[in-house]
Amino acid sequence: MDNKLKFDFRDLAKLITKIENDRLGAEDVLKNIYKENSETVVIGITGPPGAGKSSLTDRIIKEYRGLGKTVGIVAVDPSSPFTGGAILGDRIRMGDHATDPGVFIRSMGSRGSLGGLAPATIDILNLMKSSGFDVLIVETVGVGQSEIDVMSIADTVLLVLVPGMGDDVQALKAGIMEIADIFVINKADKDGVERLVAEINMIINLNRHRLEWEPPVVKTVATENTGIKDVMEKISDRDIWLKNYGTNVKADRLSSQFKQMALDRIGGNILAILEERGIFQNWTLEFSAGRSNPYKALKELDEKLKIEWSDK
Amino acid sequence: MSRKIRVLIAKPGLDGHDRGAKFVARALRDAGMEVIYTGLRQTPESIVNTAIQEDVDAVGMSILSGAHNTLLPKVVELLKEKGAEDILVFGGGVIPDSDIPFLKENGVQAVFTPGTPSEEFVNFIKENVRKDG
Amino acid sequence: MTIRDEFNKWREGVHGKSVSRFPERKKEFKTSYGETVEPVYCPEEGGSAYLETRGFPGCYPFTRGVQPTMYRGRFWTMRQYAGFGTAEESNKRYKYLLGAGQTGLSVAFDLPTQIGYDSDHPMSDGEVGKVGVAIDSLKDMEILFDGIPLGDVSTSMTINSTASVLLSMYIAVAEKQGFSADKLNGTIQNDILKEYIARGTYRFPPKPSMRLITDIFEFCASNVPKWNTISISGYHIREAGSNAVQEVAFTLADGIAYVEAAIKAGLDVDVFAPRLSFFFNAHNNLLEEVAKFRAARRLWSEVMKNRFKAANPKSQMLRFHTQTAGCTLTAQQPDNNIVRVAIQTLAATLGGTQSLHTNSRDEALALPTEESVRIALRTQQIVAHESGIADTIDPLAGSYFVEALTDSIYAKARKYIERIDELGGMVEAIEKGFVQQEIQDSAYHYQVAVEKGEEVVVGVNKFQMKEEPPTNLLKVDRSIQVSQIAKINDVKSSRDNDAVIRKLAEIKAAAQGSDNLMPKILEAVKVYATLGEIAGTMQEVFGEHKESVVL
Repeated sequence: MDNKLKFDFRDLAKLITKIENDRLGAEDVLKNIYKENSETVVIGITGPPGAGKSSLTDRIIKEYRGLGKTVGIVAVDPSSPFTGGAILGDRIRMGDHATDPGVFIRSMGSRGSLGGLAPATIDILNLMKSSGFDVLIVETVGVGQSEIDVMSIADTVLLVLVPGMGDDVQALKAGIMEIADIFVINKADKDGVERLVAEINMIINLNRHRLEWEPPVVKTVATENTGIKDVMEKISDRDIWLKNYGTNVKADRLSSQFKQMALDRIGGNILAILEERGIFQNWTLEFSAGRSNPYKALKELDEKLKIEWSDK
Repeated sequence: MSRKIRVLIAKPGLDGHDRGAKFVARALRDAGMEVIYTGLRQTPESIVNTAIQEDVDAVGMSILSGAHNTLLPKVVELLKEKGAEDILVFGGGVIPDSDIPFLKENGVQAVFTPGTPSEEFVNFIKENVRKDG
Repeated sequence: MTIRDEFNKWREGVHGKSVSRFPERKKEFKTSYGETVEPVYCPEEGGSAYLETRGFPGCYPFTRGVQPTMYRGRFWTMRQYAGFGTAEESNKRYKYLLGAGQTGLSVAFDLPTQIGYDSDHPMSDGEVGKVGVAIDSLKDMEILFDGIPLGDVSTSMTINSTASVLLSMYIAVAEKQGFSADKLNGTIQNDILKEYIARGTYRFPPKPSMRLITDIFEFCASNVPKWNTISISGYHIREAGSNAVQEVAFTLADGIAYVEAAIKAGLDVDVFAPRLSFFFNAHNNLLEEVAKFRAARRLWSEVMKNRFKAANPKSQMLRFHTQTAGCTLTAQQPDNNIVRVAIQTLAATLGGTQSLHTNSRDEALALPTEESVRIALRTQQIVAHESGIADTIDPLAGSYFVEALTDSIYAKARKYIERIDELGGMVEAIEKGFVQQEIQDSAYHYQVAVEKGEEVVVGVNKFQMKEEPPTNLLKVDRSIQVSQIAKINDVKSSRDNDAVIRKLAEIKAAAQGSDNLMPKILEAVKVYATLGEIAGTMQEVFGEHKESVVL
């Protein structure tokens, strides 16, 4: 283990497991060790399957290690919706770092965590941030809402695309395109690169009026180490930009992060209370009997909460 | 609390026959476990570091080249060195019966040779992984 | 013209000419009751469809065999893959096999050699001498072939990512024995694409690997003209769990990729294509397997003729080596494997293979013992000399079932190749994981079927019995690693190290540029640069491949 790091890897790994299995229990630990570390760079890497995200991550780790920085990685792969099992294979591409004491890699199944992917990932990243890593990388596959939520905790989001996706880019446009801070076109030695660049530029232009940071487009062939320096340069540009103009971005993120955590907690608690007191079940019965409906019930719930809050 | 069982499936050494390892990985996933798959050419050191970082409950290794007597005990030894002897270690592949006692003496808890039904290794893992945390 | 007319024409022409140059094994082939056995049998009716899709032995589209006389002229080459431990031990086994009537050598290398690590590399720990012989430098190669005149034997070497180096060592040893390179006969596997798909002994990424292959094609065309420069292998694709159609389709798709690469490198198709050879698996499903070999021959000849405009008939012939299916061998009741291997031997020979390796009964347990290897070789000899299947060519032709399967395997494999073309070719399809996924799915479904008992494996999921653990297994001593390392140190202290440094630098320069690497590698092995040094030098330029796993 690198001496800058506060935890033994085995302890860190066990805490992560605790977060995945027992978030409430883990909170007791987190509240004591949490440290807002503004020096830590948090990078999100996402994109469709087969885009070469893990190869890119591997190269980025190498670059940071070359600078002597410690790197923590959380790689999320989808779990089977039927069995809850998962095959987590992102480490294959990062094999060179398995014995490096300055690199910690953790694979996660998207459904392996209680209470949703995003809250657990936030906790894990907060834990790793507090343990003193210089750089954190979170890698997710795909374009679902929960992946977008995960990406909301990154300072810089790399969206990795490959040429030859055709109309898929159009389909990606909603949501995922907007979270990209840097577009990486990987496998840029394949046909169709220019077309993809043009499409991305079009989308950037459409959104330009509401962008503070204009996302650059970088071409790479990660497996051949081509274009990686450019990626690093853009990440560092983004970093400088965040330091100069991005105080709002960082503050916004902290506040939206906490909002999400709070929502998750309060919502969960209220539901638990309603279920405990049998109110929830009762409402459901009323609905089916036609004596009430969800909108009436919401109104009622509103009233109840107002009373509870004002009491305190 | 239902805790997910996490298993590392690795191919130590240089042998490239991964049909068995991949089958085991898929079967474990279908049994609801999270499988960390690291692919070919893993050294004992990288397997142990991965097992620790991933906080797995078990490490399964498949070897068909005959290097099992060297590589499997090495992994057990390194786990012990790092205080992770609670991680279950099992092996599979072309391993003669006559080598199994040696491997068991050296901390490999089970050896599954070709033809083992998946139920057998799934149950073995479920019954033998640590029960805490 | 009727088929009969065509047959007569073939009998007089192609067949007659061949027999007059190379007489058949017997003056006349007869049944037990004295009837003459014809070289080939064919339908009386059917006309052009038969001629287009089946033809006659030695004629396009070669469905019925690549030579006009097939086994009536000469049996297939019986070639047992062997090698283990040190060069000294393997040398002894080769002499034993040649003495037992084997007609060609087949060299198995250990994994470090196949990947290009010396025996003293940390990755080699525990692997030295295990699945084949350990070769670190020319010194080992000299011992391996000591007393075996390389000008007189044909040698097949299972070597892929480091084929350039091992072939160079072979040439260097032969030259020391007094045989020039143009006298040498043999095969290197040299099929890197299937390593990415199924076998796993890759070292460099696909692009530089393809370049090494075309460098070898070019070098051999002018220097080692009788050498088979590649053995495009479906064997391991099948072992990884594919079905028969996938085995044909992916193997031929690999072949197409090599031909395209060579043409792109400026080589003339009719110069290198006659040296292409194939390597298939023989499974238990006898009739399906025979159909598979027939379909593969037809499909390849059509690809070569129509797609690549190869005019030389030798370019259109799919010549192949076969090995019985290792994955069908069971550790349970190992003697049953003798029967499986016998069925598979029939599948390969009824399918018209050019050479055959039969597995030994104990290979699901360990490396085969000498006794097991002998039984495996005897199995081939019994089929050749006693079964009568070698007396007429393509004897199962005309079976409604075999012909129907031949057509369906042909059609389905063609479909796959079209799909791979759509994906941008085989290299692309492999990088995308398409091929691996298809194989993976077949493998998984088969395994599940076995577990459910839908597929019966005798002795494994049915007809099991309690048995004593087998004894007498061959074990490779761990001390080999130690002695091998001592040998490397010896070589390094007695060679001209300045020359080695110079030669390695030349390899590096050639790798960075576009000069053919083969002459540089040959010079380096001659000054005793080690395999690991040469492969390591190339890796500095080419990088190292990482697998894309599909599950």
